[in-house]
Amino acid sequence: MRYFIAVFLLILPVSVWSAIDTYEFKDDATRERFKQLTFELRCPKCQNQNLQDSNSPIASDLRNEVYKMLQEGNDDSEIVDFMVARYGEFVLYRPPVNKATYVLWYGPFGLVVIGIIVVLMVSKKRKRNTTTSEVSSESNDETHLSSDESERLKDLLDTGKNK
Amino acid sequence: MRRFILFVPLVIFVGIGVFLWKGLQLDPTELPSALLNKPLPAFQLSALSDPERQLTEADFKGEPALVNVWATWCPSCKQEHAQLNRIKAEGYKVIGINYKDDRQKADIWLKKYLNPYALNVFDNEGSLGLDLGVYGAPETYVIDAEGIIRYKHVGVVDEKVWGQLKGIIDQLKSGNKVLAQ
Repeated sequence: MRYFIAVFLLILPVSVWSAIDTYEFKDDATRERFKQLTFELRCPKCQNQNLQDSNSPIASDLRNEVYKMLQEGNDDSEIVDFMVARYGEFVLYRPPVNKATYVLWYGPFGLVVIGIIVVLMVSKKRKRNTTTSEVSSESNDETHLSSDESERLKDLLDTGKNK
Repeated sequence: MRRFILFVPLVIFVGIGVFLWKGLQLDPTELPSALLNKPLPAFQLSALSDPERQLTEADFKGEPALVNVWATWCPSCKQEHAQLNRIKAEGYKVIGINYKDDRQKADIWLKKYLNPYALNVFDNEGSLGLDLGVYGAPETYVIDAEGIIRYKHVGVVDEKVWGQLKGIIDQLKSGNKVLAQ
């Protein structure tokens, strides 16, 4: 019994491994391109998985298709165009810059600019508020003399000198 | 002016709220077809009923029709099958693409649940499906008489969906060129 369990455990990793499809590449560069392409192409059936990651039948079909096209010597942009022609721009994890995606690409910069403007406005306002409050506190200060008072003070000092 | 500024957060909140609320109503699994207003992809595949008979995209042309991608392994296809039979009974043409399926199983299925299809393409490798951008059966296309794809519906065709598709087909039949959104 123990022997059987041992054999079973030996087979287990092999059977798990066989569920992953294996591809033979002619060189490492092609393998790298395959990895990159399946990483950047999104599985049309799944909401947020790339071809590399997904176990759905359609993802495995598309992986095969990418592999086939690589073997046939197509370049990356041809493969991407092939997928977009069939499944639309949904399959691109890096969407192209066009009218529909301007907000996507440039929106964050716009928000940063708006943020900077708001911060500048708030800080400017605060600065102005503090200066006005300084002025007002000065005018309320008991040591501050009105023109009448300072004239009287001058008179008093002058009479004092003359004595 | 001061007063107005107090309402800015409320306005922003309402704006974001409306935006997100609309987002909740959208179905993210529904992709716009990349093939809208484009001709059917070229293919040559055998007919489901007869392995000897070769069908091409030319066989789809002639009158506006529904093109239904189905398979016996797909539970939703079974769900919509009765509706497809009713569509045929109403006098509309339905073309089937038997997608990644087994010829024998498909034959039995059509005998058991009746055959609404004017013709059926046997696409067991899914090559036509790939060219059409099929990502899950059932999918239903509306094509016009020249074989140009005018609409795509992903999912079950029920009474409500058929009402919509019928409107498009009727418009095509009356000669109006509708451009699907």
